[in-house]
Amino acid sequence: MTNVPAEYGLILAAMLFAIGLAGVLARRNIIFLLLSIEIMLNAAGLAFISAGSKWGQADGQVMFIFILVMAAAEVSVGLAIVLQLFHRIRTVNSDEANTMRG
Amino acid sequence: MLDYLWLIPALPFAGFIILAIIGARMPRPVAATIGAGSVGISALVALSIAAAFITAPPHGHVYTQLLWEWISVGGFKPDIALTIDALSLVMVLVIAGVGFMIHLYSTESMAGEKEGYSRFFAYMNLFVGSMLTLVLADNLLLLYLGWEGVGLCSYLLIGFWYKDPANGRAAMKAFIVTRVGDASMAVGLFILYHNLGTLQIHEVLVRAALQWPSGLPLAIAAAALLLGGAVGKSAQLPLQTWLPDAMAGPTPVSALIHAATMVTAGVYLIARTHVLFTLAPQVQLAVAVIGAATLLLAGISALTQWDIKRALAYSTMSQIGYMFLALGVGAWSAAIFHFMVHAFFKALLFLSAGVVIDALHHERDMFKMGGLRLQLPFAFWCFLIGSASLSALPLITAGFYSKDLILWETLTSASGSPWLWAAGLAGALLTSIYAFRMVFLIFYGKPHSDAPRQRADHSGLRIRIPLITLAVLSLIGGFVQLPETLGNLPLFSEFITTTLPATASISNTFSEGTMQYLSGSISLFGVFIAYIFFLYNPLYARNFVEKPFGYALHCFLYGGWNFDRLYDALFVRPFVLAARANKRDVIDLLYRLIALLHIVSNHLLSAAQSGLVRRYAFGIAIGAIIIIGMVVLR
Repeated sequence: MTNVPAEYGLILAAMLFAIGLAGVLARRNIIFLLLSIEIMLNAAGLAFISAGSKWGQADGQVMFIFILVMAAAEVSVGLAIVLQLFHRIRTVNSDEANTMRG
Repeated sequence: MLDYLWLIPALPFAGFIILAIIGARMPRPVAATIGAGSVGISALVALSIAAAFITAPPHGHVYTQLLWEWISVGGFKPDIALTIDALSLVMVLVIAGVGFMIHLYSTESMAGEKEGYSRFFAYMNLFVGSMLTLVLADNLLLLYLGWEGVGLCSYLLIGFWYKDPANGRAAMKAFIVTRVGDASMAVGLFILYHNLGTLQIHEVLVRAALQWPSGLPLAIAAAALLLGGAVGKSAQLPLQTWLPDAMAGPTPVSALIHAATMVTAGVYLIARTHVLFTLAPQVQLAVAVIGAATLLLAGISALTQWDIKRALAYSTMSQIGYMFLALGVGAWSAAIFHFMVHAFFKALLFLSAGVVIDALHHERDMFKMGGLRLQLPFAFWCFLIGSASLSALPLITAGFYSKDLILWETLTSASGSPWLWAAGLAGALLTSIYAFRMVFLIFYGKPHSDAPRQRADHSGLRIRIPLITLAVLSLIGGFVQLPETLGNLPLFSEFITTTLPATASISNTFSEGTMQYLSGSISLFGVFIAYIFFLYNPLYARNFVEKPFGYALHCFLYGGWNFDRLYDALFVRPFVLAARANKRDVIDLLYRLIALLHIVSNHLLSAAQSGLVRRYAFGIAIGAIIIIGMVVLR
């Protein structure tokens, strides 16, 4: 089994993070916003894994499990908020939920 | 006994506090008992202290009671301390004694008020307390506290019937005009403290005498500024305009504050700081000139008034002018003697005028009175005694002894002059003319047809006792100081010279007896003139006033030499104009700029609060990139 260099993993993580960030900034649909955030979280997780394997330590994997659990909680709370928001304003367009504008 | 000195001002203050807190809820007799009783007990304490002071004088004829330390900041340590010496003892006796008489009178005369009975006594007690603090104060700062306290009470009591806006305006006028003097006095105190390092009166006088040569500009400035304060409080030229308007208050107030006590605070201040004035001979001369000018101007104005109280107000100004004249020529004890006698007869005149006004249902126009001596015999006799004392009828009245002393010392004193003496003598003639003009207009002649019907004298004991007491004092009060030609018994001036220096007199070609004949016959001549013009044939005066020139002159004098108009044109109108022109305050522009800056930045920041989640995320991303960039590229 050949070792994948840690740099590759980190580059992949950076690309995933950039894709997720672009999604957050570009999409208006709140569902897609949540999806993009998930991608960014997984990118962070991948970076932990790569770093952990590079140093031969389990900490990276421990952190990934943390992120996984947190992501699950975040999705459940986020979807509940999206439901409530849809009840109120009858749309999933985040730009129309701008009642907090100063 | 002297240890109880603190009780003298404390009792009226206690009365004030009780009346101010629960006065409105207590029955009237209780409020009256507290109001008059506190001053009465204070007067009794003052009397027993006077007895102790005279029978067993304390060391150096001064007794100081330190109550507590007021402020202690660096070297600035004014105490709450009371001092009694001959000068303040006389003042205290007059304030507490006459004050009690007037309080007693008020318990009955103010009974007709629907509202404010206890408020009246609360203010009056506060006044008496402040005035006693003023005269007992050991340092100039405490004196200033009392000084401002009496000014406040004067304001409150002039505007006592606050529902009439005219009374409120009169109160404001009194307050603002005296404020001019008070500001000058405050600056004077700053100068004294800055240069002498203390405000304790005795120390100030000792250090000034040691450090300042006579005629030093600093001494002149300090004395002139103190004189400014005295002039404002005592309604002398050029700050005299507030006193006639102050008659808007109830009559007992006019008697106590604007005749007997508060307006003489200026006399007290000058006498108290006499060393400063001796060091500044120019200012002392100014005191005499101001006094002489005021006594003439006010005496002439008093001749033209129709309102009985305004006439008395001008008379007060004129009599305080005599006191200033005496102070200015260094006749310290004569000034204080005249203060005491004036307090007796002027309080008597005001209170008996109050009886007349009440009997005629608040009619104050003397030309609508007339022939009242039959309906109001008691008020007539009291007013007659007061007027006799005011016009210094010879031998029998107290006013004769005090005014004669002033005139004699004006002529013979080292700093006196024949001109000042002549002004005083002319003033004496005017005084007896206007005093008996009032008597003839009110009590003689035919009853006026327009006058209200009800004229019976309803005054009870609480009005009669003060009037009788004051009438007796107005007659015999002068016997404590008999001149050389008439018994030679100068008890009063001997007592006062334990505190104030004796008059430095130079030899004179005239004899005192000649002068007394002269001043006595002058005052009798004044009565005769008043009789000719206002009783024997009133047409003389009326015809003169109906001519154009006479009418203009009458208006000019009636308005008090038009000082009000002059000040209106000189100060009030330019100030109002400037205020209008500067309605959008120039200085405010700076502050408005600061406000504008904040409004703009508020708009900028609230634009950032767009409500768009994506934009917030963008902000976070940019921030993160910047921070990472800074860490990486460091």
